[in-house]
Order: sequence, then structure tokens, then C-alpha cells
Amino acid sequence: MSVFSGLGTAAKEIVRGGRIYYAWVALLLVFISLGLVAYVGQLRNGLGMTNMRNQVAWGFYISNFTFLVGVAAAAVLLVIPAYVYNFKPIKEIAFLGELMAVTAIVMCILFVAVDVGGPANLWHLIPFIGRPNFPVSLLTWDIVVLNGYLGINGFIFFYVLYKVSRGQKYSRILPLILLSIPWAVGIHTVTAFLYNGLVARPFWNAAILAPRFLASAFCSGPALMILVLQLVRRQFRIDIDGRALTKIAELVAYALAFNLFLLGAEAFKEFYGQSEHIAPMKYLYLGLHGHHALVPFMWTALTLNVTALMLFLVPRFRNNVKLLNVGCVFILCGVYIEKGLGLVVPGFTPDALGEIYEYVPSVTELAVSLGIWSSGALCFTLLAKFSIPVFIKAKQFTLLGEPSE
Amino acid sequence: MKNDGCTPRACPSSEAPVAGATAERGAPLLQLGRRPPDRRAILGASVAAVAAAATGSGCGNHRFDAHYKELTDEDKRRIFERIEAETRARTGVDVKISAPQPMDGVEFAYALDLSLCNGNRRCAEACARENNLPDVPKFRYIQVLEMDRGTLDFENANAYYEHDEVPVPGKVYLPVQCQHCANPPCVKVCPVTATWREPDGLVVVDYNWCIGCRYCIAACPYFGRRFNFHEPTVRPRDINPDQGYISNRLRPVGVVEKCTFCLQRTRVGRYPACLEACPTGARKFGNLGDPNGEVRIMLERKRVYVLKEELGTLPRFYYFYG
Ligand code: SF4
Ligand code: SF4
Repeated sequence: MSVFSGLGTAAKEIVRGGRIYYAWVALLLVFISLGLVAYVGQLRNGLGMTNMRNQVAWGFYISNFTFLVGVAAAAVLLVIPAYVYNFKPIKEIAFLGELMAVTAIVMCILFVAVDVGGPANLWHLIPFIGRPNFPVSLLTWDIVVLNGYLGINGFIFFYVLYKVSRGQKYSRILPLILLSIPWAVGIHTVTAFLYNGLVARPFWNAAILAPRFLASAFCSGPALMILVLQLVRRQFRIDIDGRALTKIAELVAYALAFNLFLLGAEAFKEFYGQSEHIAPMKYLYLGLHGHHALVPFMWTALTLNVTALMLFLVPRFRNNVKLLNVGCVFILCGVYIEKGLGLVVPGFTPDALGEIYEYVPSVTELAVSLGIWSSGALCFTLLAKFSIPVFIKAKQFTLLGEPSE
Repeated sequence: MKNDGCTPRACPSSEAPVAGATAERGAPLLQLGRRPPDRRAILGASVAAVAAAATGSGCGNHRFDAHYKELTDEDKRRIFERIEAETRARTGVDVKISAPQPMDGVEFAYALDLSLCNGNRRCAEACARENNLPDVPKFRYIQVLEMDRGTLDFENANAYYEHDEVPVPGKVYLPVQCQHCANPPCVKVCPVTATWREPDGLVVVDYNWCIGCRYCIAACPYFGRRFNFHEPTVRPRDINPDQGYISNRLRPVGVVEKCTFCLQRTRVGRYPACLEACPTGARKFGNLGDPNGEVRIMLERKRVYVLKEELGTLPRFYYFYG
């Protein structure tokens, strides 16, 4: 059938590519192998290979997980204007947002999987054969909503791809696309509640946590999107409307301003009140009892975020592609620090009995994480390589010129 | 008068028959085959087999056991025997696994006299021996916090003091272990119900069922839980052979464990090891259901308080100044 032969040709696209493409894939494969080797070491010797301890029970893995949930949730930022307001320039590229969501969720699941002490026991989570503690444990909620989000976005992506390859309309799927919007807010809220519900950890047990989660997610996700879109534009020589990028940048600017406002509100409450709950905040920004592993990172993050806000607020800067990209990189790094280690570690520092254990990721943790990020990048690369030609063939994009290959 | 958990009594389930057991120490799947082939076990086994193959951690056949609460007496006998055999093969020590059951009308509670505690930490060491805690890497269920007289400030406390003599003038000592909360946040968060509160108030962990996510550690306000980041090693001559399945048996790497108020002792009418070891008499243990229980008397006669009362965890561990 022509459909399948069409998809077959698309599949062939995966193995076709220039030198840069092959080098990129090879590099990712090397990183993935490094990660695998490190992970096997961790399986053999236990999580003692990481620098997590009883005082700081979660570390780099869960930090990355949290950051990536944000990236996944932010795919909706593309979907909202595309479908709700029918903004054409974004509608063309919305499927890339879904692709990014799928990739990010896959990475999230991997990060949780490498964090557990008994991966072979994970089947205890499966309904009917295991004993999932649903609906009491927020972790089971998170598993449900993340897998649901993966399913929804995966289905939308492949359905749209299939329809486009046959030259058909895909409007029937609109309800599902609309459903993905509240669902994205859901995955993020549930992940925030995972921390939020713990009375033992004053740093997390504050109502501001969920709103801050959303605000920072709507900064980092779209910022990554803006960068990835430009790479896609360059690699596939397709015309992505510049207006789409500036529109996204505008949304990022609002989210970033709101995020900084919430941070300010939090800082005011802690530093003005000076209660004992200030300790984690102090640990982050000033250092506590001579421990300040995270202080330079937190100030870097703050500086990056504020600078990026300047770049994004002023239309003249925002419309300059170079400055826009600089801003995006700043936001990504800023939020990665703030929403990663800057969120997880202070929950445990000082610990429930006031002890300070200074956590920094171990080599194993860095290598495994690099491996997971590389698998995500590989997943995105291959799926993009597979799908974009289908869209090009269906004349969904205007080409910028003949590909150089 | 209701049952007093501290009167010696025999525990029926610790007398499980050993003789005449059929050989079933082979591969896990064979053992599974001995059970009526229910869907749950088979699905679970195959998923776990895939997971084990995928992760390369096929170590130990405990991966296929059902949850503690679903074990029949026959399952328990089989699993206990298997663990005993494994332990013998691995360490050369003959241990006895049991699962004493909670008694009706018993709710255990602890009380600790802070005016008597002098920070000698015998409790923590006795606990380590009773409960088979590793020395390398070393951790203890009981943290004794040393604080300046005049404060109860955790942030300036030190649990790692080393002195030739205690108490040090100007210091006070506050031992903290799992508080066996009546509203335990650690139980709520566990994604697989691997930890729960027993009818007699003991908060326990099924080491075979725990997936090692450490969410319960994040949830505990009292640093009551420990995760086995490393393979726990207990020297064979230190192993306590009297082992409870959900308390002091040897734990595998990658699971969470905690104080169980020495379930294997207290449910058969003995005192917890920490209490027996305390030379100052600061520790009291008893049954809240018994009007003459030690802790009940303390609650009535002394002004007691609990740690972090504002969190609503309802600890069953009371502190007082005698
Ligand atoms: S002290 Fe911690 S571990 Fe013990 S029952 Fe309370 S919350 Fe759970
Ligand atoms: S570490 Fe084990 S007991 Fe604790 S929450 Fe996770 S699965 Fe439950």
C-alpha cells in the first residue's frame, strides 16, 4: 500500500544523512554506552556509587527528572496558540512540540528507573499484579499522569504523521489535542505535589511550589523549543516562520517574569520572617554553617534568569535572533540549576534532624545522566528524521531550497 | 486486664515446623511453580524476569515473593526456610526466621526521660547488634543528638560526637529513632505499600517488596529510616540468629529499613534491646492499651511532649523530664 511504502521511504530517511548527522548519532551512541557502563556499575555495587546518602536521599537523577517534566509540560505552549487561536506559523511546527514532549517523558521515566534501589521490583507498581498505592501515594499519580501524557502525545504524533502521509485531514483528533493542554498542566502539578505534600520538608511544603513549577516550566521548555526549531530549520532547510519564534519568546518572557516574581515572594517571606524554615534558603543563597556547595550555582542561575528576562522583555532584543538564542541558553541553564539541584537538594539540607550533608553528584551519576540525555537526543533526532520528510512531502512546509545532501 | 505486651508469652508462629520440608531451594521459578499457578504470580514472575534480565540484577530469588500481607502460612514457611538456607550458605550461621503476630488490644509506645539520658549511646549499639545493622558502612537507627544546654535546636545539634566521657558539662542529649507515628507520613507516600503500620502500632517495611525509591525517607520528619546504599555486611559472629521477617533479618542492598521497636522481641513479651541496654533507666516501653503499662503511667504522671507535634504525625514516642 502506498501509505506504508510512504512510511517505508520515510524510515529510510533515518539511515540517510550527511557527515554531521552520522557524527552526531555516533557521539550520542558513545555517550549512551558510557552511561550504560556506569549504570551497570551502579547495579552491581548499589546506589552507594552515587553521592546520595540517607541525609540527602534524592539527588541528580530526581533533579533531572523534575526539570524534564517541565520541558514535557511546556509542549502545550506550542499547542495552545496553534489550535486554540489557529495561529498558522505555530500550527506547522506543533508536532515538533509533541515530539519533544514524548522524548522528555521517556527521559523522565529513565531517570526515575535509574534512581530506584531495586529496578527488578518495579513490577510491584503494576496494577493487579503489583500493589500500587493508588490514590494515596502521589508517586503513583505521577506514574499515571506521565504515562498518560506519553500515550496521548505519542498517539497524536503518530496519528498526525499517518494522516499527513496520506494527505488527509487530521481534525478528528482535535479533542485529544485539546485534552493534552490540561493534562500538561496536570503532570506538572502532580509532580509539584509530590514534593509539596511532605510535611517533613519545609522548603517543599509551601503552597507556592506548584505555581513556581509551572512558571519555570513555561520558561525552560519553550526556550529549548526555540533552539531546537532553529536547528531543525537549518538541518532540514524548511521554512519555519520567524513569527512563530518571536511569539514563543513573548510567552517565555511572561513566564520568566512571573517565575522571578514568585521567587521574590518566597525570598521575602523567608528572609523577613527569619523563622527556622529559612535554613534551606540560606543554604542555597548564602551558605549554612560553612557549607556552600550550591551558592555559586544559585547566584549564577539568578543572574542568568534576570539577564534573559531583560533580553526577552525588550522587543528589539527579542527580535534579534542571536540575542534571542543567547537568552534561551541562559534560561535553560538558569532553570536547570534552579529547578534541578536547587529544588531537590535544599529539601534535604539541612535534613530532618538538622544535619548538613553536602551533596554533589558523583561521576556515576553524571555519566548515567549523560547517557539518558543522549538517549533522549537520539530518540528526538531519529523521530524528527523519520517524520519531517513526511511533512515536507505533504507540502506542510515550504522548503528554503534544495537540501545540500 | 488487657494484654500487656511485656508479659512473656510464647509466639505460635515462631514455632513453624522445619522438619519434613521438601527440597525447594532451587530456582525461583520452580518455587513459584509449587503455588497454585495464579495469574498474579505468573505475571509478576515474568515481568520481574524481564526486568531482572534487562537490568542484570537477578541476584537473590526474593524478587518473586508476594507481599507480606498476601503470604499464606505455607508461603511463609517456604520463604523463611529458603532465607535460612541462603543465610547458612552465605555466612555459615544458622538463623531462625519468624513472624510473630500482633496481639489484640496492644498498642506499643515508648517514653524517654531526657533528664536521665547522658548520651552514652549504649542503646544505639545494642540496637545495632540486635537488629543486624552493618558496621561498614556504619549506620544506626538511633541518633543521639548532643545540644547545648538551653536549646533544643536540631540545626546546632551534633550526632557524631566523640568524647572520652559523657555527659559533657553544658550539653544535653536527645536520642531520636523512628517515632512509630500513628499518622505516619512515610506510609502514605510509599508507591507500592511496602511499608505500613501494624495493628499494634509498629511501622514496618517488607524488604522483599520495597522498590527502593526512598520517597518514605523524604517524607519522614524524624530521620527514622535508612536506605541500604551499599551491600550491608554484618560479621558472621555478630549476626543475631533470632530474626523477624519484617524486622531484623539480614536486608538486601537497595531497600529501606528502620527501627521496629524490636518486633521480634516485643511481640513475644520481651523489652526492646535499646531499653535493656540503657544503663540510666531513661527508657520506658509498654502497651498503651494496658492501664498499668509503663508508658501509660508516664503519660499520666509526667508532663510529656512529642517531637514536631505541629506536623500532626502523632508519634508514639514520648519525651519527658522525670
Ligand atoms: S518516625 Fe518517620 S519512619 Fe517512623 S513512623 Fe514516623 S514518619 Fe515513619
Ligand atoms: S523506599 Fe521502599 S518503603 Fe520507602 S517508599 Fe519507596 S518502596 Fe516504599
